[in-house]
Amino acid sequence: MIKKLSREPWVWSFIAALGVWLATIAYTGGQGAGEILTAALSFATFSIIVGLGQMMVITTGPGNVDLSIPATITLSGVVAMKVMDTDAHLLVPGIAAALAVSFLVGVFNFALIRLLRIPPIIATLSSSFLVLSTAISYGRGIRIKPPLLLDNFATARIFGIPFAAILVLILSIILSMIIKRTIYGRAVVAIGQNPRAAWLAGFNVNQTRFNTYVLSALLSGVCGILLSGFSGGAALNMGEEFLLASIAVVVIGGTSVAGGRASISGIWGAALFMYLLVTMLNTFGASAGVRLIMTGLIIIAVIVLAGGERQSR
Amino acid sequence: MNKSLLRALLPFISLAVVLGATFYVQPRTMSYFGLNLMLQYAVPIALATIAQMFVITVNDLDLSIGPFVGLVGCISATLLYTNPVLGTLALILCIVAYAAVGALIHTRNLPSIVVTLGLSFVWLGIAVLILPSPGGKAPEWLKTIMALKTPIIPFPIIAAIVIGVAVQLTLIYSSYGVIARGSGGNPRAMERAGWSMLRTKTMMFALAGFFGVLSGLSLLGLTTSADAHVADRYTLFSIAGVILGGGEFIGGRVSPLGAVVGALTLALAGSFLIFLKISPDWQIGAQGAILILVIALKAPLTDSEQRR
Amino acid sequence: MNQPAIKLDGVERSFGAVRALAGVSLDVGAGECIGLVGHNGAGKSTLMHILAGTLSPDKGRLSIGTSDLTGQWSIRVAKANGIRCVFQELSLCPNLTVAENVRVVHGPLKGFGWKKRASILALDKLSEIFPGHGIVADDAISDLPIGKRQMAEIARAFTVTDTPLRLVILDEPTSSLDAVTAEQLLSFVRRQVTNGTSVILISHLLGDVLGTCDRIIVMKDGKTVAERPTAEFDRHSLVAAMGTDVTQKKVVEAKARAAKSEHPIIIRAKPKTGVGEFTARKGEIIGLAGLAGHGQTRMLLQLYEKSGAQVEGAVAFIAGDRQSDGIFNLWSIASNITVRSLRAMLKWGLIEPNKEGVLADDWKSRMNIRTPNMDNNILTLSGGNQQKALFARALASEASIILMDDPMRGVDVGTKLEVYELIAKEAGTGRTFIWYTTEMDELHYCDRAIVFRNGSISAELSSGDISEEKILQASFAENFAA
Repeated sequence: MIKKLSREPWVWSFIAALGVWLATIAYTGGQGAGEILTAALSFATFSIIVGLGQMMVITTGPGNVDLSIPATITLSGVVAMKVMDTDAHLLVPGIAAALAVSFLVGVFNFALIRLLRIPPIIATLSSSFLVLSTAISYGRGIRIKPPLLLDNFATARIFGIPFAAILVLILSIILSMIIKRTIYGRAVVAIGQNPRAAWLAGFNVNQTRFNTYVLSALLSGVCGILLSGFSGGAALNMGEEFLLASIAVVVIGGTSVAGGRASISGIWGAALFMYLLVTMLNTFGASAGVRLIMTGLIIIAVIVLAGGERQSR
Repeated sequence: MNKSLLRALLPFISLAVVLGATFYVQPRTMSYFGLNLMLQYAVPIALATIAQMFVITVNDLDLSIGPFVGLVGCISATLLYTNPVLGTLALILCIVAYAAVGALIHTRNLPSIVVTLGLSFVWLGIAVLILPSPGGKAPEWLKTIMALKTPIIPFPIIAAIVIGVAVQLTLIYSSYGVIARGSGGNPRAMERAGWSMLRTKTMMFALAGFFGVLSGLSLLGLTTSADAHVADRYTLFSIAGVILGGGEFIGGRVSPLGAVVGALTLALAGSFLIFLKISPDWQIGAQGAILILVIALKAPLTDSEQRR
Repeated sequence: MNQPAIKLDGVERSFGAVRALAGVSLDVGAGECIGLVGHNGAGKSTLMHILAGTLSPDKGRLSIGTSDLTGQWSIRVAKANGIRCVFQELSLCPNLTVAENVRVVHGPLKGFGWKKRASILALDKLSEIFPGHGIVADDAISDLPIGKRQMAEIARAFTVTDTPLRLVILDEPTSSLDAVTAEQLLSFVRRQVTNGTSVILISHLLGDVLGTCDRIIVMKDGKTVAERPTAEFDRHSLVAAMGTDVTQKKVVEAKARAAKSEHPIIIRAKPKTGVGEFTARKGEIIGLAGLAGHGQTRMLLQLYEKSGAQVEGAVAFIAGDRQSDGIFNLWSIASNITVRSLRAMLKWGLIEPNKEGVLADDWKSRMNIRTPNMDNNILTLSGGNQQKALFARALASEASIILMDDPMRGVDVGTKLEVYELIAKEAGTGRTFIWYTTEMDELHYCDRAIVFRNGSISAELSSGDISEEKILQASFAENFAA
């Protein structure tokens, strides 16, 4: 059992997260162990949401990546806050509007990739510029606070566990069902391994890719709404850190960069690990530079260790 | 007209269109000083684009070139300024590190996107350690070079031509450039012909590092003080520049002259949008739109060849 | 015979469970032209890769002239000893020009003016072999049609800078050449051997081999089974030596055949790449024959996409190139089999895992897939069993039409026989098979054979008429010289 577990790539991200957490509380003498975990769950929630979308995109095969996630987060946050306009009654229209624009971003991304045959990396990058400009232009002026209800929801806790984290856990379970037990999920994984073989096995490759880019955009939209509720409003740079974070949690979590293998539990482990690592380095008094270097070296170390396995394929 | 010729000319046509549009919107730019001002930042971008192009030649992608250029700036504004020998050594070490990453990517068969993503954190981290807040001083000789007033043709244009032609000679016309491009086109055939892919990849990454250093130095010469984050956008600029310039992500199809022209186009597009008095909100968006437009133009030209 | 230019002794090589070479010995004399013939999978290509240094033998000795180079043999050493190969798949860099591709194989082509020297070298050799070739040294390979690419590659193999040519191996060199250029090449080979260079010619075209070579070696199942001067062979004895037993035709009972001819026509297709038309009735097994790459696979894809073809019924595809068209490397054997049948297992939009398990186990026994556990990764299977899994994938599905893209490539004999039987049985239940095959024997299992040449249908043979000779005739027509 243990042997089998240790071969699962996602296990390592949890072990690493646990190790970092233990090192931190050992340093503080056990102080704040619970608070650290709660904070980690709160912040990790956001990278997990976008990480799930990025994971689906990356799983559809080499070259597929969604660089428009940060801009979509921002646009969704801005639209949600502006439509709600601090009024809790407008919560549902606000969410609907935010998700609708996110959906359009996903459609636009895929249109660029499919119709104009632009490589995904450039297509999603260019579209992110347009999306960001839309957000800037639409949301100009003062920062609008979220309705109290959304604020409460995004920051609520049950026994120290953030409510949003529970929601994302349910989302993760649903997504893992989708991957394992729906035709769409099988198609994503099959296309990621070999698009031609997937086509010859009867999957609709373009439909699947379309769904995946739209899914990623929608999840970015969800992240944007929650994040604005959590941090007291939308900001134009609110998505920035999620470009690298979304890719990093996917890779560290054991999802294959070459496509065809997704790991949802790994994303949880990786997101917690990334946050706890920063906490640990902060606790140790490491400077921003050291934190960045450590993050980078760990990403490289993970891919080097996982790379040996890729070769044996 | 021949499709491959048209494709080769596309970057130049794009540049001409953007340049023409800029002159039309703001005729005063049609002067020595106007061009100098608009294009001076094109030099470091062009150098970073060339660096990226070397990596793309062997079917990899470098997501760390931007932070690397920032790091070079930080080293040059501090160590190179105070201690030229040590500073030079540090810069050489940077190039060696790049080469080592190339070797690592090849021997372990790693996805370059992820490795260089991690690397971008490392470069940024080192840069922040060296220079926690913007500052430092550019060495005098650097400032002098970058502020050079050449007769008749502005310095940035001359520099761009020199860079483009020099790399064109190395990568397209030299006998070893053929080996490098062939390694992107059909790696197995190259190994069958007895060439070491490890050596080629290491060399290409070393060259990328070298041009990254040049980019960082030239940028510092313009800004005169350094900032770890100053070149973060160069990663995206450089990739877009290579693609605009007629390069392709895989298959060893790259064009150094095209890449330089692509970088110039991107730099000019920025100025053009300012002159166009587009609201600042839409500046970035318009850049995205230009990118989409120019790259979409390539699609019908590459289509027939990919299908053979 | 002259002093041997190169000598192999007892060379063996296996790929997993498949023994590609089972102890081959070979002497190539200087200035000798050797023909190497045999059916697909006989080990010809493996032997050639070993000579070229791209594969190393598991066992056996190799020597050049008088020096024993066993153990030190590599691509570099082979190159330094003047051994060149023209592989079946293209070994040119598509993004480089003809001259640049010549540079790739010649270390000395460097320094100032290399390009001019490379161009002259390439064009001189091209003109020598293929007068009137019409290729320009600055043409990018990707801009050239397939035939000219092959001409460029062949010419490149014969160019000389610092190391003299010792041996050139040509693997199906005429497969993409037209009659005129093929003839030019063969007469060049004759001239070349008189200069002391040895040539090994691997070809399915027995006429070419008989007309060009000094000596012919026949391979079968990884061994040489016959080796004689050309004069002692004729077409018939050569075919017999290759092991095609013409008398042992698998003639399906006439009654069954007659019954099929009453079945409704469910496929009617014209190749987009050329002329001709063929039809298929329900329950028929139709063979697509001809040389590799003459439009058969494209025809199958056309049927799969149902474009330019009337196809009635669901279609499943069985890939021959398992790695690139068939297998999902990261999945279990079970998942690889059930993937084509998922729609039948849905309940409330979710796939039912137990149904998957049942289906997989059912086909494990029906196809006799040799594995302890269907949940093991697909790559734990031998090549033959992987192919069985792909058959199971298609046969387990609801498809009534099965397209097969030369699916028996590199599959052992035992597996083949099992599968043939199954195909016949399935056809009996009303499934239609469209079967592209490069193996002559397999055509005998077909009701009809459609022969392709250059993307067009050049002949249709009914089962009584299917013979190696007729197929070859229709495959070559123009340059058929027996």
